Amino acid sequence: MTRRRGTLTPYLFLLVPVALLAVFTYVPVLNMFGYSVTSWNGLSPSKEFVGADNYLEIVTRPELFEVLRVSLYYIGASVVQIALALYFATVLSFNVRFRNLFKGIIFFPYLINGVAIAMVFLYFFQPGGTLDSALRVIGLGEASQQWLGDPDIINYSLAGTSIWRYLGLNFVLFLGAIQSIPAQLYEAAELDGANRWNQFRHLILPGIRPIVGLSFVLAISGSLAVFEIPYVMTGGANGSETFVIQTVDMAFKYYKVGLASAMAVVLLLIILLITWIQRRVVPDEKVNLS
Amino acid sequence: MSLTARVAVVLKYASLVGASLVVLLPLLVLLMGSLKTNDEFVNGAPFEPPGNWFNLDNYVTAFTQGGMLRAFLNTSVILAVSLVGTVLIGSMAAYALDRFEFRLRRTIVLLFLLATLVPGVTTQVATFQVVENLGLFNTRWSAIVLFLGTDIISIYIFQQFLRGVPRELDESAAIEGANHLTIYFRIILPLLKPAIATVVIIKGITMYNEFYIPFLYMPDRDLGVISTSLFRFKGPFGAQWEVISAGVILVIVPTLIVFLLLQRFIYNGFTSGATK
Repeated sequence: MTRRRGTLTPYLFLLVPVALLAVFTYVPVLNMFGYSVTSWNGLSPSKEFVGADNYLEIVTRPELFEVLRVSLYYIGASVVQIALALYFATVLSFNVRFRNLFKGIIFFPYLINGVAIAMVFLYFFQPGGTLDSALRVIGLGEASQQWLGDPDIINYSLAGTSIWRYLGLNFVLFLGAIQSIPAQLYEAAELDGANRWNQFRHLILPGIRPIVGLSFVLAISGSLAVFEIPYVMTGGANGSETFVIQTVDMAFKYYKVGLASAMAVVLLLIILLITWIQRRVVPDEKVNLS
Repeated sequence: MSLTARVAVVLKYASLVGASLVVLLPLLVLLMGSLKTNDEFVNGAPFEPPGNWFNLDNYVTAFTQGGMLRAFLNTSVILAVSLVGTVLIGSMAAYALDRFEFRLRRTIVLLFLLATLVPGVTTQVATFQVVENLGLFNTRWSAIVLFLGTDIISIYIFQQFLRGVPRELDESAAIEGANHLTIYFRIILPLLKPAIATVVIIKGITMYNEFYIPFLYMPDRDLGVISTSLFRFKGPFGAQWEVISAGVILVIVPTLIVFLLLQRFIYNGFTSGATK
């Protein structure tokens, strides 16, 4: 009855959702491609066609592409983050005292407002702030640095903040995947005399491989699109500028909407490419959590 | 227990306690800081407790001069409208896509799927022009329509849930002559309650934390939401870390309360939402 063909009803139900989707996703994406071949400043009524000039500028002006290098710090951080998440998820999937408390503490940062996290770590890295004081307490006062003042160190500090913020999500995803491995398998493995490391290698790792793969892809696209933490903490100063910060500045500070659109197109294409590779490597239906 | 096993247990708990310290210490320092006077903050060390644990002066300053009161009001209004909209729009789309066969069905599903691949941050350059041409720049509606327009996870969550709801329920209502709008409001929506809870929780937290959209589209100070208002603390309170600390704690406390009350839903919600 409800599956009758040719009725208008489903279209009426979809009218608003599809209109919103078109206006706020597809129109901007198409416009963005259009702007990227003009020298538009975002204000003037006319847009001058410049062909591939903006794209050439991105490739030839080294400082524009240079910012992509900053992403490498964040990609490196996501490897550390996933390793840590894997470790804590494995540990907490077995019997541990205060299990829920530890789980909650490790996950909670993921829920915190990004600006609040940026402020917390602005103070954390201040000279004489939380980190310096903690180092002094454990006798490593000498190791203090200009955490946010030294261009050689700043990206490590910011990437570290990013680990603090996002570890919880990976951790909870992995924990869920590990817990969906049937308990009988562990029991059988234990009867066979498998130790914890063997269990991890042969039971847990294969069971959660799809979700780990997905996490890597999300982490890489996330690393390319880093914005909030460095923007609030440093405004992109001292060599901490990321691709998105630069795009936003280009469009809204220097009014180079054409060039900014070309940069956004480049980023979009890179992210689509990574997603496409992921779909090849990790087949979709294998990711199953619930 | 053998020696190695005992060492392993010690290391395990040491790593867990270590991780907890890394998470909690930066937050506790700001919590204590928010209760200090300016003099205590400037001349004391970060780990020194405040002289008076009930000194709420900085919170008063944050609320009044820092505009946090207005910020919470703006955030609440935007959150309420966007959440109602998200639930209605997402469930309507899911109802249409799951319960009807129609010609453009596959195309529309594909359009929604493709859109999930486009990261929001990349398109803002062009989205900005759309929002401005619609006359929504510097209004609360800019954030609301963008929250509604770029939200695909909710449709996905509703659709997943609907798939598990037997069709007989709505089909028998249809046989009794109820029209589709009645079926949607009287049968589908009430059945979706658990999914609505998930969507409200994860979208609520995401919208509460959103910085980019309000920052870009609502620069007017009177329209400050909690993220942008806290961001603006950097200027006038740049040297007053005790006030900034109070602002930070104010923003975190509601999240903490929601987390403690709704832990189970939150874990499930974020795991199902993240792996769309």
